[in-house]
Amino acid sequence: MPFSIPKEEYMMSGHTACAGCGATLAMRYVMKAMGENTVVTVPASCWAVIPGNYPNTALKVPFIYTPFASTGATISGIREALDEEGKEDYNVVGFAGDGGTADIGLQALSAAMERGHNVFYIMYDNEAYMNTGIQRSSSTPFGAWTTTTPVGKDRVYKRENKKVVADLMMAQKVPYVATASIAFPEDLIRKIQNAKKIKGPKFIQILSPCPPGWYFNAENTVKIARLAVETRIFPLYEYAEGKFALYKNPNPLPVEKYLEIQGRFNHLSPEEIRTIQENVNRRWEELLEREKGKVIP
Amino acid sequence: MRAINKNWSIMTGNEAVALATKLAGVKFVSAYPITPQTAIVEKIAEMVANEKMDAKFIEVESEHSAMASVMGSELAGVRSFTASSSHGILYMHEMLNWVAGMRLPILMAVVNRSIGPPWNIWADHSDTMTQRDTGWMQLYGESNQEAMDTIILGYKLAENKDILLPIMVMQDAFTLSHTSEPVEIRDEEKVREFVGEFNLPFKIDINKPMGYGSLMPPDGPFMELKMDMKKSMYSGVNKFIEITKEFNETFDANFPGPVEGFMMDDADYALITLGSISSTAKHVVRNLRNQGKKVGLLRILLYRPFPKDLVINYLRGLKGFGVVDRSSTYGPFGSLYMDVISSIYGKLDIPAANFIAGLGGRDLRVVDFEEMFMRIMEGEDGEIWINAGVK
Repeated sequence: MPFSIPKEEYMMSGHTACAGCGATLAMRYVMKAMGENTVVTVPASCWAVIPGNYPNTALKVPFIYTPFASTGATISGIREALDEEGKEDYNVVGFAGDGGTADIGLQALSAAMERGHNVFYIMYDNEAYMNTGIQRSSSTPFGAWTTTTPVGKDRVYKRENKKVVADLMMAQKVPYVATASIAFPEDLIRKIQNAKKIKGPKFIQILSPCPPGWYFNAENTVKIARLAVETRIFPLYEYAEGKFALYKNPNPLPVEKYLEIQGRFNHLSPEEIRTIQENVNRRWEELLEREKGKVIP
Repeated sequence: MRAINKNWSIMTGNEAVALATKLAGVKFVSAYPITPQTAIVEKIAEMVANEKMDAKFIEVESEHSAMASVMGSELAGVRSFTASSSHGILYMHEMLNWVAGMRLPILMAVVNRSIGPPWNIWADHSDTMTQRDTGWMQLYGESNQEAMDTIILGYKLAENKDILLPIMVMQDAFTLSHTSEPVEIRDEEKVREFVGEFNLPFKIDINKPMGYGSLMPPDGPFMELKMDMKKSMYSGVNKFIEITKEFNETFDANFPGPVEGFMMDDADYALITLGSISSTAKHVVRNLRNQGKKVGLLRILLYRPFPKDLVINYLRGLKGFGVVDRSSTYGPFGSLYMDVISSIYGKLDIPAANFIAGLGGRDLRVVDFEEMFMRIMEGEDGEIWINAGVK
């Protein structure tokens, strides 16, 4: 039976995101899967601006703005209080960027997941601080240009590998962890529907390409998100109550296909691209091992 | 806690606070441990675990998260509470501003403790003085009875529809927090009736979706919202007087209200204090009165909003006064002194000294208060450090 994306829209037109914004697609699909009984919390991020200025809002659900480091804690309080009020059927969602998740918000996230609140934490990963104008985060991949990892004479752009928060969440044995992509909306929605079946903390990391931050044309957002999966740069997986499943593409594309259409990578040497390919291959092997049930250190 | 009879027990300030949250019908408590506050949340956790208190308790991983989680729970419409001290208060500074701006009537008990370095766990008011401009109301208690009563009065004040602001309820480290005193336990049923149901007018409701804290440009009502916060807070002085009257009638109590004048009626000289040191100061006032000296004490209980008109009325006619600041702040004078002086500016012209005393738990002795009175009676003014020198 063909899977269909719910028709209901909870995100309206008139928002203030850039053309081709991947994070708006992430929100739109997430909300379609969540439905109307949902309360969303966002920290400082692009999504603190996208809904528009007071008194307007582009969302049809209660939308709570919280300081940068506090998403995990704020949703914990909302959840416990709603349960106290008998509103256990509400979905409580934290929706934060990679800076607010991998960096300043990591402590509150990890603690909220450990305490086991029945919440969703959605990380929309655009791989840098985009709202402040493209500064590196720990989720920025190796080789990327950002304004704080400029490609100067010293070629000291981002030299460190991406910190994958979903992997951290698996290491913490969060009951539901997944990675998802705006180029695979049916997969994304199915994962949220699966997550809904679990009473406890859920974490989903969604790759959300950013045209101005990654230096590509706005019409290529979905294409780039798809290439990230097809090159295995951003593997899609699901970890539900201890069981790990990897989305497999038997004929992966070389990483160049993904890198070459983004300006943030156009300074890379063939040798550096080779390093990226090797890292991608190694990580893929590790994920296959994990699927076989081996514990990955 | 040791019962004397049905209504009276010997208890510490921390126990009084914990018990007050149960009496006031708090439904959600989130906190992070810090000395000397920890006993408050331990007691609450114990009451919740033994079904003596019908509430949810969570221990979070930081004070920043403690404040963020009670923001979430109050937005969801549930009466909430947290407690902290010292560095914990500083760590939640960002969230303090945020919940005040959100107009959430959260109560936080603070056991006043100094700020390091060097590490020091004893009483002074530097922790909350540095947060006096975050949009929170501040109440400084003198006794364990007040530790209990300010929580009960506090919820009624904070949740008033014309106010809707958070309140910090203070007690001094160890002097009150860990010292047992007789406390009259207020009747739970009467407290519930006095405080009333919590009904946040803008609580989370999926049938009324809205943005909470949406972006507001310069021509938006940003400035008007800040103006309204200030106006609401300052309407709190009279509201606090009204609530105090109702409290005293309901509980046959003797709660002083925003300020307490002690032997001020015909006084020529007075000291102004906050918190537990006031008890020693009152003892000295009595002694000096017995020697024929016309002295008095003005204790500020409600520090934010600053009850400036009440203060002016008490100070009018004095020949001199001194303000005791038990905190290290770095303006030209101590915080309380600057509030008093700016309140009387252009209205009263009286010599006034600023005593900095009791930092990091240094004892404020009878001789220290005697020295302060002597110095103001000699007409001294400016900033004077008491019982501090080369150690």
